[in-house]
Amino acid sequence: MSSHLYNTAAFAAMMLGLITTPASHAGEQAKDIYQTYCWQCHGMNGDGKGVNIRDMSVQPRDHTDAAEMSTRTDDDLFKAIKEGGQSVNKSVLMPPWGGSLSDEEITGLVKYLRVLCQCRYGESQ
Amino acid sequence: MLLMNIIRLITGLTAGYLATALLLSVPASADSGLDILEKKCSGCHNLTGPSPQTLEEVQQRKGPDLFYAGNKYRKEWLEEWLQEPERIRPAGMYYGKHIKAGDEQDVIDPSTLEAHMAVSEEQAEAIAGTLMTYKAKSDLISAGEYQPGHISLSMGELMFDKFRGCLACHQIEPGYGGLSGPEVYTAAKRLQDDYLMSYMRNPKAWDPKVFMPSGYIREKDLAKFAHYFHALSEEDFE
Repeated sequence: MSSHLYNTAAFAAMMLGLITTPASHAGEQAKDIYQTYCWQCHGMNGDGKGVNIRDMSVQPRDHTDAAEMSTRTDDDLFKAIKEGGQSVNKSVLMPPWGGSLSDEEITGLVKYLRVLCQCRYGESQ
Repeated sequence: MLLMNIIRLITGLTAGYLATALLLSVPASADSGLDILEKKCSGCHNLTGPSPQTLEEVQQRKGPDLFYAGNKYRKEWLEEWLQEPERIRPAGMYYGKHIKAGDEQDVIDPSTLEAHMAVSEEQAEAIAGTLMTYKAKSDLISAGEYQPGHISLSMGELMFDKFRGCLACHQIEPGYGGLSGPEVYTAAKRLQDDYLMSYMRNPKAWDPKVFMPSGYIREKDLAKFAHYFHALSEEDFE
C-alpha cells in the first residue's frame, strides 16, 4: 500500500470514527450514558419529565428547552454534571457525577445536551 | 424369542417409569442451595462475577448481582423474602427498560415487569445458606464499622432529602420518593450494616457502572444515614 493510499485510508477511518462517535471520544457513548444516568430524572425524551419527578421539590431541567439551555455555558453544564447542582447554585437533587464519569465522558454529555436542545450558549435556533 | 423380547420391553419400560417416578417424587427441598441457584436463579442473577463492566451490561441486568450476597444481605431477611417476594425497585433493575412516556411524566410500564418466583421455606433456607457463602469483594467490608446509634426520623429525612437529594431516586415510605432506585425503608432489614456503610461510601467499588453517584456521601454522615434506615425500618407503613 502506498503511503498516500495509507494516509487516505487512515483519514477515512478517522472520519468514520468521528461520525460514529459524535459526542464522546473516550469511554462510553454519551447517548448511552444519558440513558443510564440521566433518564431517571430528565426523562427518556430529555424534557425533564423523568420517572422520578413526582415527589421532587424542584423539577429537573428540560434539556430540550433551547431558550433556557442557551443561557448556560458549556463550562456551566460541565460543572453542574461533575460537581452537582449546588455547585452552580441549583438544586441538590442534581447530584455530582464526577465520581462516576470521567471528564471525557462529561464533555461528551455536554455535547449531547447541545444536540438535545439544538442550541449553543447565547444562541438558540 | 418373541416372548423374551416382549418381556424385556415391558421390564425396560417399567424400570424407566419407576426411575422417572422416583425423580419426580424427590422433594424439591432435596436440592441443595447451589442446585437451585444454578437451575432457577442464574438466568437473571450473576452468581460468579464480575460486575457489569459496560453500560450495555448494566442495562441488560435483570436482577441484583449475587456473587457478593454473603457480604450484602441479612440471611434471615433472605429466608423470609424468598418465600414471599415483593418488588424492591419499583421500576425494575434498570428502570430504562420499564418506563414509557406518560401524559405528565415518564411512568412505569407494569407489563414489562416480571414477578420474582417464590420458593418453599426449606428451599429459601437452602438458597440463603449458599448465598451467605458468596463473599466476593470482602476487602470492601470493614467488619464492625457500623456502630448502632440514633437519629430522629425528621433529621434523617432532612439529610436524605434536603441536604443530599437522595429522595430523588429512592422511596422512604411506600409511595413516596423516587422510583429508579431501591426503596430504603426496608434497607436496614435487608442489608448488613457494614455493607450499607461501604456501599454508600463508594457504590462504584461494588458496581462500577451503577447509576448512583459515587463519593457523594460525606464520611461523617455515613453512619447517620444508616441510623436513619434503621429508624425507617421500625416504622409500620402497612
